[in-house]
Amino acid sequence: MSYEYYSSLALVSSVVVYALAMFAHAAEWAAARRLGVAKPSEHELVDVAATEARSEPAHMRREPLEGRPQPGSDLITDAEIDLAASRRVEQFGRIGVALTVLGFLLSVASVVMRALAAHRAPWGNMFEFTITAMVFVVGVYLILVWRAGVRWLGLPVTLLAAVGNGLAVTVFYVAVAPLVPALHSVWFLIHIVSAAISGAAFNVGGLMSILYLIKKRAEDRGTVRGYLRRLPDSRKIDLIAYRFLAFAFPLWTFTVVAGAIWAEYAWGRYWGWDPKETWALVTWVIYACYLHARSTAGWRGTKAAVIAIIGLASFWFNFVGINLLVSGLHSYAGI
Amino acid sequence: MSTIQTREPAAESSKPAVKADLPQLGWRGGLRYLWTQLTSMRTALVLLFALALAAIPGSLVPQRRISPVRVTDFIDEHPTLGPIYDKLGLFHVYTSPWFAAIYLLLFVSLVGCIIPRIGVYAKALRARPPKTPRNLGRLPAYAAVEIADSDHGVLDRAAAALRRRHYRVDVHNDSVAAERGYLREAGNLVFHISLLFVLTGVAIGALFGYRGTSVVIVGQGFSNNLTQYDDFAAGAGFTDADLVPFTVALKNFDVKFETGPVQRGAARLFRADVEVTEADGAPRQEILEVNKPLNIDGTTVHLIGHGYAPKVTVKDAQGNVAFSGPVVMLPQDGNFSSIGAIKAPDARPERLAFEAFFFPTATLDDQGPRSIFPDALNPALFANVWYGPPKVESGKPENVYSLDTTGLRQLKEADGQPVRIGLKVGDGVNLPDGKGSIQLDGWVRWVKLQIGDTPGVPISLIALGFAVTGLCISLFVRPRRVWIRVRDGKASRSVVEVGGLDRADARAGLTEDVAELAAELSRRPEDVSAR
Repeated sequence: MSYEYYSSLALVSSVVVYALAMFAHAAEWAAARRLGVAKPSEHELVDVAATEARSEPAHMRREPLEGRPQPGSDLITDAEIDLAASRRVEQFGRIGVALTVLGFLLSVASVVMRALAAHRAPWGNMFEFTITAMVFVVGVYLILVWRAGVRWLGLPVTLLAAVGNGLAVTVFYVAVAPLVPALHSVWFLIHIVSAAISGAAFNVGGLMSILYLIKKRAEDRGTVRGYLRRLPDSRKIDLIAYRFLAFAFPLWTFTVVAGAIWAEYAWGRYWGWDPKETWALVTWVIYACYLHARSTAGWRGTKAAVIAIIGLASFWFNFVGINLLVSGLHSYAGI
Repeated sequence: MSTIQTREPAAESSKPAVKADLPQLGWRGGLRYLWTQLTSMRTALVLLFALALAAIPGSLVPQRRISPVRVTDFIDEHPTLGPIYDKLGLFHVYTSPWFAAIYLLLFVSLVGCIIPRIGVYAKALRARPPKTPRNLGRLPAYAAVEIADSDHGVLDRAAAALRRRHYRVDVHNDSVAAERGYLREAGNLVFHISLLFVLTGVAIGALFGYRGTSVVIVGQGFSNNLTQYDDFAAGAGFTDADLVPFTVALKNFDVKFETGPVQRGAARLFRADVEVTEADGAPRQEILEVNKPLNIDGTTVHLIGHGYAPKVTVKDAQGNVAFSGPVVMLPQDGNFSSIGAIKAPDARPERLAFEAFFFPTATLDDQGPRSIFPDALNPALFANVWYGPPKVESGKPENVYSLDTTGLRQLKEADGQPVRIGLKVGDGVNLPDGKGSIQLDGWVRWVKLQIGDTPGVPISLIALGFAVTGLCISLFVRPRRVWIRVRDGKASRSVVEVGGLDRADARAGLTEDVAELAAELSRRPEDVSAR
């Protein structure tokens, strides 16, 4: 039995564990569905808060930083039901995080053993890039859970991780092989690692933006119920999403620049409008739009979040679509 | 403001009601209006979106500069769409006028945005922190602590504490005003200005740079002058004198392919041993690999392709050698099934030409002859034969890789079937009707070298370094204002109020920082009062 075998085994296990974690988080959402349903007064409160938030300039707002339910707000009616529900929510949430940690360890083990099997950095093809990027996504999420209590991101993150690693092991899988000469470069490490990290941050930011839209819509309609009540208020989600994207954007800029430098060494031109390069630029421009939109009146909030999601879609198209559908110099998928 | 009216009186009288409501702009005002519109953030947003959208078709529709053959195929396959696409410039998106229009407008908008902001920033650099607001309690972050009334040094301590935290501090009568994070806007400006330099670098490269390719057979060489290039493109500012004189002799070329079960046939090694001779120097040995181009006095030499050149000897009907040597063949697929033309114009009494196919690892099956591995494990040459009367030397250039059969007839067997020749290394065959003979003596590899110089690259690269740095500064520097006021409290106590305001979105820790400041100021009041 080889490292390659155990790497695949660990990866398949991580998919299963991530899927279980996703179910646990789904159960967490489901358990919370009755929270805050039977309290009309709550709706009014939220409505008022939302109106206030809209009427004030962004930096003047003061809102609670944590997404935990406000103590006392649940105790008006059905107090015991809510208490039991809250306990179940907490239980499922903890199970979800525990499983995510396990899945994370498995996928780290998978990447490490893949590197040992290949005797090189494990970023030589689409499969290896995907599993590495997923390690970054889940790693960042777990750090956030630990430091900032963002367990509410558990459902989308475990979904992404299960689907990402699942696609990797079923569709993108290629056996271990050495690199083609074009990849023999120090830029191989620099370019791909920064792509993986910024990609992870784009993904987490994109998931946040999706949750932002859901929460914002509920807030605007005054229908913040169930698990949505456990999410931070939309402005806070927007802020966290922004932090991720603001971190990812300079790194993505660097990724594209590093790619251009590498292209000059490997292919003799720093920019050749290869489909992958084009879409990297398109993604860059869309996120530039996002940053500009956030500082433009009338574009803040929902519109900016939609742009961030379009940016994520473009990132994914660049990764999956361009690799599999279009032929170009970056056709490294090996499938 | 004096405005010059350019409206026609007739137009004015026809719609008096509408005109009355419109502000009178005049042409200067109109221009100013246009300029304001162009340089607004909203327009920049729209232009950015347009740029992203406009770049997309070039990645989905084949591009002439990248793969001209696929463009031709596309036009053949889509007789209606093809010409429309061509008219719209969709086969050369990135050099099309509309694409240029978008990014030029974007950069004009950028310049229009930067210039006033530099002025504003220059003033802001010298500006003092704004005066302390009346009610600090209304700020987003607020903390208050009681101190002993006798603690007169509290404002000084507050100022010192803020200076330690890199704030710009003004001490007023009963309060301290402080601000920090001036670098944020500087980073923003540096980023945007750097983008202009990136574009300048690209433009310089496009104007004064050149790039060409040359196929060099192992054992032969390349010398850097225009006649040696197979294809060549240069900017408008390029002159022949810009070509640095040097020669590159290709001594050896090593290639290895994957022979294991995984990724069988994938390239594993390309390595060329070359001898470089510059105008003034002795020859020096260098190794040229993918990712390791040569740099000869600013000119780069890249290894960008390779292939096979079978060595053949053609004798004519009189038994004289009409052609002998390697013939470069162009690979058609990943296993290097290659095609080319062997021409023996000097064969007499009739000239000979061969439409040739070279397969490094040849196999013959239902699909016909083809190569099943990129390395030369079982090389074979297949050819059709053409002959015709000698051609008058016209000096006209002709394609060395393909055969123009005008004036030629295909050599056929007695039964009317075209003659098909298949040769292994060392084999020779006599052509029917005593037309001559052809022998496959062996094969050599050739490499495709790309020689070029792009002078703007260092400018762009340095500018990009500044751009990324500026971007980080503009995104991570946290501009913040803090005010501290002392007011009278109850029973010979004073109250120190600390208020804070973040001037950029998405900043964390304001509340914590304000609380920490307040706590720090409330400490050690005894030490101070004892003074």
